[in-house]
Amino acid sequence: MLASRIRAQRAYRGSFALDFLGSLLVGLTEFAEVWVVFHNVDVLGGLDFHAILLLFGLSNLAFSLADMVVGHVDTLPTYVRAGTLDAFYLRPQPVLAQLMTSELQLRRLARTGVAVVSLVAGLAYNDISWGLDTVLLLVVAIGCGAAIFAGLFVCAASLQFFLINGAEFTNAFTYGGSYAASQPTSIFPGPLKLVFGYLVPVAFTAYLPTLAILDLPGPAGLPGWLAWCTPLAALWVWAVALTMWRWGTRHYQGGGG
Amino acid sequence: MRSGLQTYGRLFVAGYRRQATYRLAMVAGLCTNVVFGFIRAAILFAAIDSAGGTLAGYTAGSISAYVWLSQGLIGAIQLNGLAEIGDRVRTGDVAIDFTRPLDIQTWHLAEDLGRAAYTFLPRGLPSVLVGALTFGLVMPTTVLPYALGLISIAIGVAISFYCRYAVNICGFWLLDTRGVRTLYMVASTFLAGLYVPVALFPSWLHTLAYATPFPSILQTPVDVISGKTVGLEAVALVAMQLGWLAATCLLGRALTNAGRRKLVVQGG
Repeated sequence: MLASRIRAQRAYRGSFALDFLGSLLVGLTEFAEVWVVFHNVDVLGGLDFHAILLLFGLSNLAFSLADMVVGHVDTLPTYVRAGTLDAFYLRPQPVLAQLMTSELQLRRLARTGVAVVSLVAGLAYNDISWGLDTVLLLVVAIGCGAAIFAGLFVCAASLQFFLINGAEFTNAFTYGGSYAASQPTSIFPGPLKLVFGYLVPVAFTAYLPTLAILDLPGPAGLPGWLAWCTPLAALWVWAVALTMWRWGTRHYQGGGG
Repeated sequence: MRSGLQTYGRLFVAGYRRQATYRLAMVAGLCTNVVFGFIRAAILFAAIDSAGGTLAGYTAGSISAYVWLSQGLIGAIQLNGLAEIGDRVRTGDVAIDFTRPLDIQTWHLAEDLGRAAYTFLPRGLPSVLVGALTFGLVMPTTVLPYALGLISIAIGVAISFYCRYAVNICGFWLLDTRGVRTLYMVASTFLAGLYVPVALFPSWLHTLAYATPFPSILQTPVDVISGKTVGLEAVALVAMQLGWLAATCLLGRALTNAGRRKLVVQGG
């Protein structure tokens, strides 16, 4: 099913190119925002521009990977409203798995590209003591970071079973989470630090790994070594996501779906 | 003439009423405004802190005002490149619109202004209130900034409409305006000063921004009403807005006439 979707996207070369360009521009403007801030100051939240390159790269790579694979789950409201979700139940795979594999958005590779460039630059320009643990940390950060964002997408999709036209509510914590993830969590006032550190734990996708890789101390409540607990953060998000998904599907079926 | 004005007045009210039915979307929009406002405010506060208390003429209080006012205005100015005329052109219904006795551009403007006016109560003011209660912000204590600011906001909304109108009218020539609209959305949001204040841009980017109508859509109204620019400087900025208002309006009209001719030639 995936292969056919990829073929279909490449067949419409013209519109694919435009979509790709659009995604690329979005990625570049998000970077431009960081760059403009650093045109004015040298340090933000305890991190300098080179450290921010690493942070931006990690968060955006994790988010764009998740978005590419799972982002399509946000079409759930369309199916629910049209009543066509029932067709998914007839197939032998779980509904969630079907929604996830129904589309692989190649155009989002543009943002992945921007993220990778930023990440590589961040790794090159910083004074990093490379070792096996650094590499392992990178892999864990990117993999679990993507898992965290993917879980947030599923949470957002689950809420669509309860909210009509509620997609914009969930944008607040999926895209908001991504935006927050690209900043040093240290800039947030106390309550927000707790929110982005532990509740919607996007600090684990980039800020904490950056602290750990660069051997920097963190602010109170978010020490650098917590980066190694990123898998726990991912598990927490997915536990919530799958529970909400189950509530959502039960609610849908209860309504005569 | 008087009945024309009355009709546009009714269209304004119609636009307002229609937007009023999207109550849930307004609340959702407010939630997003608030979350993004928190993050933006945190970033810029940290920047001001790093810079030692002032940055490009902003202090913590005034930059907070900028953040929350711009978040509040997002609903009204609608930088996403969408305009109803786009659908009308795509489906061909615009041919019917041309037969009506009203000027097509002005009538859509009236509706859009009504739509924008509705967003102030559920999205605009609450955003500023949340900002005031959480991060705190500094607003002017005299009447003039508010009076001039409201005029500036209205002009900004109109410029945004004329820009979106022009972008969507290109549907007469482009099969799918999605690419142009995405490009518009990205360029306009950044250059209007929604990500970072235009005052923070490097000088070459600052010049580039002011060579477009975008800062006049958001940055100028926010600067005027927050009191960042006062007196003659503020009046000059509003005058520049009026210039862009005329330019974008005329661009739209030129494109409409060209498109209309194309329609006639194609036997529409």
